[in-house]
Amino acid sequence: MKSIILKTASTYLLPLLLLFAVFILLRGHYNPGGGFVGGLIASIAFVLHAFAHGLVETKKMLRFVPSACIPVGLAISLISGFVPMAIGRPFMSGEWLSVQVPIIGSIGTPLFFDIGVFLVVIGITLTILFTISDGIL
Amino acid sequence: MTDQYLLLPVLGHLTIAIALIFCWRRILVQQIISVAGNLLVLIMSIALFHKTWHQGHLTLQAGNWQAPFGITFVSDTFSATMLLLTAFTGLAVSMYSTVGISKNRIQYGYFPILHFLLVGLNGAFLAGDIFNLYVWFEVIIISSFVLMTLGGKKPQVEGGIKYVTLNLLASVMFLTAIAILYGLTGSLNMADLSLKMSGVSNRGLADIAGLLFFIGFGIKSAVFPLYFWLPSSYHTPPSAVAAVFGGLLTKVGIYALIRVYTLIFIPDDFTRTVFLIIASLTLLTGALGALIKENMRTLFSYLIVCHIGYLLGGLGLYTHLALAGTIFYLVHDVIVKTNLFLITGLVNKIRGTMNTEQQGGLYDQYPRLSILMAIVLFSLVGIPPLSGFWPKINLFRESMAYHAWYLLVAMILASFVTLFVIARLWGNVFWKKAPALESSPPDSFAGLSKGRKFMLVTPVVMLVLLSLYIGFFAERINVLSDRIAHELLDPAPYIKSVLGPDAVPATQTR
Repeated sequence: MKSIILKTASTYLLPLLLLFAVFILLRGHYNPGGGFVGGLIASIAFVLHAFAHGLVETKKMLRFVPSACIPVGLAISLISGFVPMAIGRPFMSGEWLSVQVPIIGSIGTPLFFDIGVFLVVIGITLTILFTISDGIL
Repeated sequence: MTDQYLLLPVLGHLTIAIALIFCWRRILVQQIISVAGNLLVLIMSIALFHKTWHQGHLTLQAGNWQAPFGITFVSDTFSATMLLLTAFTGLAVSMYSTVGISKNRIQYGYFPILHFLLVGLNGAFLAGDIFNLYVWFEVIIISSFVLMTLGGKKPQVEGGIKYVTLNLLASVMFLTAIAILYGLTGSLNMADLSLKMSGVSNRGLADIAGLLFFIGFGIKSAVFPLYFWLPSSYHTPPSAVAAVFGGLLTKVGIYALIRVYTLIFIPDDFTRTVFLIIASLTLLTGALGALIKENMRTLFSYLIVCHIGYLLGGLGLYTHLALAGTIFYLVHDVIVKTNLFLITGLVNKIRGTMNTEQQGGLYDQYPRLSILMAIVLFSLVGIPPLSGFWPKINLFRESMAYHAWYLLVAMILASFVTLFVIARLWGNVFWKKAPALESSPPDSFAGLSKGRKFMLVTPVVMLVLLSLYIGFFAERINVLSDRIAHELLDPAPYIKSVLGPDAVPATQTR
């Protein structure tokens, strides 16, 4: 779909959607949101870009193969589960730092678990969508 | 007793699986990681078994949320034994896969998926929460579906569709049963359910939930009448995959059935009769199916169905001895069935066909390998003193004591049919002169290098040694299964270990 309106709009929408995805990811612990939804929104940003500019352009812009996100995300989630074990708590206990970081809020293992989920969802969604839309877009 | 390291066998496989995805294209690295990782998990499982044996029930509240609200993992002797068996099977299959699985399949992620399957199996054996058990079952189904269809050949996809349809149906039943249980009691923790079920006034609905569990797990463990997906799908994937399926996937259904029916439901006379009748029919249909099959793997698939009947029959009898016999049979069956499919793979490599009519002369050509295979086949039949013989004594004795004559007849018939088909197979594959075929496929085993042969034969030898151990040191396995049966029939220590020492009212201990 080579429409000038969509093309122009998507250039502005891409950073906005990515920022919104991160916002959703960060607010997810006590409010609706989280890594899964955030990951979906982030993938939508790239898919929209692919609609407007074509798949080749999007892949060039990404600079990495989306499927590479999958093991990285899984590893981050798994390690966030292991961390509490190092200080003698059961696997996947929520451990929080006492300091509050501006914008992000509290930092703890659940945040890293969600970041892992975020990456896995981006990796899987983009791999699936790029594979099935190969040759169409 | 709380134990932080309880989940290590699960997490070990998960870590290996993720490490394997990082090395997606490097086949050699994947093979090394997988075998070494399986060895590591075996050591962890042995350690867990040792600890469970000496300290009793171990529990872990994942995420530090206390039971019954959090997700509980429990290791009692039964779970630890199953973990140990899974670890042995996993190691054998992973070693065999390094040569037995084609490069193409490895490139499309065979090893990571195999480890995800093992994650699911280990998780299911440790789960102390019924919904968590369901989640592990889903992990198992998804990974086994990928393993089954990896390669994308037409018969594989056809078998895969039957497999996944029936298993999804089973999952729906399972989930419905969980929903009913939750509606009745407001809890999902198995120990908590065990306490609350006796207070449920709506007995009819409780029984329905129990039977839904039975149907769900029954489909997964291929009992009559919903067993047909198994023989029509297990012969399609490569032998290494069939080995892990045949050895463990149906057994995890039986494990769950035993767990649910000792901890949450106590079978009444009606349920026991249903179990006994279904077990007899499973024994008979499995045996009859095995009689007419010429393809080795289809034949063995029917034998899997047939021998599930022994396990179900033991649960139906529901006495201490019968349960001990069931556990013993389970231990024997996991090792032998895995090995059976591995040697099928070996024979297929040598002869290039699974059809027993077109084979022959193996004993002449490979005498030592044939002896090895003979031990497996005879253990399966249960010729004393090999491993299949001992648990049958318990099961036969208890079915006589319970006057379940039809079960006894079915069990004896199934034993004879197993003996007959194995004898016929032995004659066809090993003794008979190889038929002179014009286009006999080449022997792809003889051409392999020493190292590759070693990787193919060592897992078989390892499992044969385990079978021999089970057979010759039956007394030890008896002590083990006796203790498991004792724990199963008296769930009070299980409940106390999960919910705290004051959880069980004194009147409720049986």
